[in-house]
Amino acid sequence: MSREVQAGEKMSGIRVISGGMLTTVQDKGRYGYQASGMQVSGVMDAVAAKLANALVGNDELAEDAAVLETTYLGPELEFGQDALAAVAGGMPDVQLDGVAVQPYEAIRVRAGQRLKIAAQKAGLRAYIAVSGGFATVSALGSRSTNLKLGLGGFMGRKLAAGDVLPMGSAGDYAAKALSGRAGLRKVPKDYVENFVNQGFNAADEGRKNRQIRAVLGPQEDYFSQQSIEKFTASVYIVSENSDRMGYRLQGMAVEKAKQQDLITDGIAFGSIQIPPDGQPIIMLADHQTTGGYPKLATVATVDLPLMAQSMPGDSLQFRLISVQEAQRLLRQQHEELASVISRMQQQAAVAESCTGAKQFRLTVNGEIFDVTIKQE
Amino acid sequence: MTGEEVPAGVRFLLLGDSALSVEFGQEISPAVNRRVTALRRCIDEAVKVGRLTGIVETVPTYCSLMIVYDPLALGYDELREKLAAIIDGMKLADEGKRQVVEIPVVYGGEYGPDLEEVADAHGMTAEEVIRLHSAPEYPVYMLGFVAGFPYLGGMDERLATPRKKSPRLKIAAGSVGIAGGQTGIYSVESPGGWQIIGRTPLKLYDADSENPVLLSAGCYVKFKPVLEAEFKAMMK
Repeated sequence: MSREVQAGEKMSGIRVISGGMLTTVQDKGRYGYQASGMQVSGVMDAVAAKLANALVGNDELAEDAAVLETTYLGPELEFGQDALAAVAGGMPDVQLDGVAVQPYEAIRVRAGQRLKIAAQKAGLRAYIAVSGGFATVSALGSRSTNLKLGLGGFMGRKLAAGDVLPMGSAGDYAAKALSGRAGLRKVPKDYVENFVNQGFNAADEGRKNRQIRAVLGPQEDYFSQQSIEKFTASVYIVSENSDRMGYRLQGMAVEKAKQQDLITDGIAFGSIQIPPDGQPIIMLADHQTTGGYPKLATVATVDLPLMAQSMPGDSLQFRLISVQEAQRLLRQQHEELASVISRMQQQAAVAESCTGAKQFRLTVNGEIFDVTIKQE
Repeated sequence: MTGEEVPAGVRFLLLGDSALSVEFGQEISPAVNRRVTALRRCIDEAVKVGRLTGIVETVPTYCSLMIVYDPLALGYDELREKLAAIIDGMKLADEGKRQVVEIPVVYGGEYGPDLEEVADAHGMTAEEVIRLHSAPEYPVYMLGFVAGFPYLGGMDERLATPRKKSPRLKIAAGSVGIAGGQTGIYSVESPGGWQIIGRTPLKLYDADSENPVLLSAGCYVKFKPVLEAEFKAMMK
């Protein structure tokens, strides 16, 4: 059960020292209740969350392991027990007991150590995974935090100092990696570089526009061909008025050709709504289930991580693709991700001692040290 | 099973690569909405017997059914084909099996601070407003906006009242109100501009329940006036 820790209480799990700007427990989302008007929530950048989970061996677990989603300034966490941890998403500045450690790599954290996500050097949201996942109470089949309803996650809210997050049972890989019988998984460098920089044009073109692919519809008949062309030719800036529910964009107003009111209908993750002022709103993970503004297009799922990592001031440009193309790109992204995870698994399957490094665990004055000796 | 064949004129609307909407018309009417709930039932059935895989969930609205699916398990072209076959063979349920949910409401006073204002606006007494409001069986066309909030049809036109000029910051869960030609029930506490005429002790949204939401699209709502004492007894 999630609860707040009492002073002097012996702790297992993970204690929040500081909550950061907006850190929430999320998994893939709460599906099956949209017909009741309940938002799905869930991680904004599903690819980064999946990488973080795979780094700590949560890909072995039967159920969807929950992660922490940070927003620009992350939390500081004190571990009450040994665990594997990993941070992915954008380019976060990660510290273990004040010493810089690498994102996109598994980290051995010992009981008593503190993991801190200081800031994002690129992107907006980082995902913190721990071996076994964050095991807060599941509400209606999901641990995702629904901030509007105060449901799921840790007491339905963002994390704050003093919260204690329980951890689930870790898989086989995590146990091996913690005792030095398996190496630490790392996301290959080339993949990280592509992943963090994707969607940007070459740097020498001045201001970088993120290229976002989208599928036309469902209400394209509310707009003239000309205003659709203007929409794809324009550059839109992510406004300050952007959150997990949606991003309000600023740029060329999209004019409606049909003035008839739309009868409220369903909204998808990525729906591009056009309100009366013509400034597009991209509906994201916490979007309401239905709405009455016409929706010009929907961001392709393959590019939702790019949307999630965009921050106020970033510029976006939309390109329309067919639904078949969007699905092909998604399958391709999925296959690449599976192959990267499989490479990570193989690379770390054996202990580092077999690959030219030796590992010891020393206990000095009750403190545990992991020592690795590398033979060049 | 008796029923009528579903006519042509159905539109498939794209909602990106992981959802689509099947639209049965562009008007708010029980006839169009019945097709939406019928398709939802047919899809549920097809999923149950394994004739359709890759469906994540379906979301009924006034005129269309949004279908959320997993494109890694089910491609758009295949889904479209399967849906067309389902719609072709779709039968509408017998109207005899109407599910009516009775909603007890204490009208007026602190629970319905705008009852007198609504009555005055139409030159009626508060009793007449209550009688007109509690007479019909209101169809629940869809849920949306917030968890458990029903979009109801069928309010007596004589009760149509504009929204409040300045919205209230806090309206209690269970509040029953009127906005234009619509009536509704606040399922969770929220700000809003509806004219509040009463309140129900029933929870339309209850996070602690396995079925967190009281109403569902396709059912009907009937308001039953109760006294404050009954309301308080039911709140316990």
